[in-house]
Amino acid sequence: MLREKYPQEIERILAIYPPDQRRSAVMPLLYLAQRESGYVTRQAMEEVAGLIGLEPTQVGSLVGFYTLYHDEPGGTYRIQVCTDLPCALRGAEAFAEDLCRNLGIRLGETTADGSVTVEAVMCLAGCDRAPLFQLQTADGIHYHENQTVQSALELIEHLRRDGGRG
Amino acid sequence: MAERLLLRHRDLPGLGELPGYQAHEGFEGLRKAVMTMTPAQVIDLVKASGLRGRGGAGFPTGVKWSFLSPGVFPRYVVANADESEPGTFKDRELMEHNPFQFLEGVAICAYAAQANLAYVYCRGEFWDLAHRLEENLAEMGRAGFLGARLLGTDYDLDIRVHLGAGAYICGEETALLESLEGRLGQPRLRPPFPAAKGLYGKPTVVNNVETLANLPLILTRGAEWYRGFGTEKSPGTKIFSLSGHVARPGNYELPLGTPFRELIFTYGGGTSSGLKVKAIMPAGASSSILPGTDEVLDTPMDYESVAAAGSALGSASVIVMDESVDLGWVLKKTSEFFNHESCGKCTPCREGTYWMLHAIERLEHNRRSVGDVALLRSVAAGMQGKCLCALGEFSVVPVVTGIDRFQADFRPDGRDEP
Repeated sequence: MLREKYPQEIERILAIYPPDQRRSAVMPLLYLAQRESGYVTRQAMEEVAGLIGLEPTQVGSLVGFYTLYHDEPGGTYRIQVCTDLPCALRGAEAFAEDLCRNLGIRLGETTADGSVTVEAVMCLAGCDRAPLFQLQTADGIHYHENQTVQSALELIEHLRRDGGRG
Repeated sequence: MAERLLLRHRDLPGLGELPGYQAHEGFEGLRKAVMTMTPAQVIDLVKASGLRGRGGAGFPTGVKWSFLSPGVFPRYVVANADESEPGTFKDRELMEHNPFQFLEGVAICAYAAQANLAYVYCRGEFWDLAHRLEENLAEMGRAGFLGARLLGTDYDLDIRVHLGAGAYICGEETALLESLEGRLGQPRLRPPFPAAKGLYGKPTVVNNVETLANLPLILTRGAEWYRGFGTEKSPGTKIFSLSGHVARPGNYELPLGTPFRELIFTYGGGTSSGLKVKAIMPAGASSSILPGTDEVLDTPMDYESVAAAGSALGSASVIVMDESVDLGWVLKKTSEFFNHESCGKCTPCREGTYWMLHAIERLEHNRRSVGDVALLRSVAAGMQGKCLCALGEFSVVPVVTGIDRFQADFRPDGRDEP
């Protein structure tokens, strides 16, 4: 029910592109669709498709193609650790493994309380401040750089206790 | 440290705010362009400056602009802020700390291209940054540097931000345009090039963030002044993103032609371990890998010299590896990246990156096999020169050069595989 809930936001998004190019709005609309539950539901895909005159399968293929859209629920907080080459040279792989071990999960899994998913991702353009991760929540993405397992665990504890966007 | 033209915010506190930027020649370049020059004169000036694209290809910027199909409108300008090459983090610093110099560059480029609408395509991960850029653009509009009849001229310009959603391939300019049109980020067959048929089928200029950030000072201070930096064929300064096994990783803005040794040792403080430099990737994960020999370390970092040394300067993302590193592991990391990021459109890349990764993993687990290296070479040969865009080619170069130049790391123990 995006149309009922975010009418102004939808208008703002559509206005970013030429009036005859509504399809361009699909990516910001998918971020909007993801704001509710942290992933894009089938119903939301249909609604986004309807807003811009696409088929739901076309929208679904975009959700599948771009890594920041999710078609399945994950943790409330997705901790996405860059483990690409430059970060790995600075210990990012060990960081991600240690963090997971402390949380009792394996990479890619969600903690039992449903709060945190830890994922390995490709380059985040923060190679000089590794280990780093981005924290993806339903309504945004924020960087956390120069991390230690300790600092990451403290952040997680804070998020579990107080909520917020990180 | 040489004079900084791009990372000026490090020397000029407050440059990231509009008043601070205006206090340091801010928007004088745009003012000069729209009030005293024709678009063609701006293109000629940028040609004369010798500015080359900073996104990786190094193509002369003014020449790229001059390819726009004459007489076809509307036209678009798209700033490529999809910085995703492993090892590259320069555009992010520019946009975070010196945003108005970048945005003024977008405006100058748009004027030269006679475009009334420009987009900044920001990678989705730069969520916070993209929202700040929107605020910066609103400020520019209020100050009269954007909008209808800007600065009292008859030129109209709007700049808008578009957020990507996680796909390295969108840094390739035609894939970026597809993505901006709401499609899968998959490259187009070229020609036609974006200058003829770009965004929405209209003539379009796509330029990298760092390229655009060079424009305001070129306009204000002139082509001759700009040519006082760098080399004859590669004028200007360049932001080198230094990462890996170095004591002081970070962005360093230096004249093109600065030797690797100076970047890695004088600025980067040498390897953090004190071990020798074993390997250098000058263009991020897409590099032909260079050994850390004296000859390589003394190579000037400009487009021609790095090519002559057997690699490419690309986006100048210098990844340094010390002697503790095993090249088999390095190739596994780069191959994992390209396998993940292959867009799937063309078969050589989609299948090749997959099989290359599998062959490398087998090599990693099974050093006995003479056949594994040969298999890897054969997969690589099946990709070279056969992919739709540069991504497939990029995925092959570290593998081939890694095997060739670091043979000791791939020496099988003689037994053949079962």
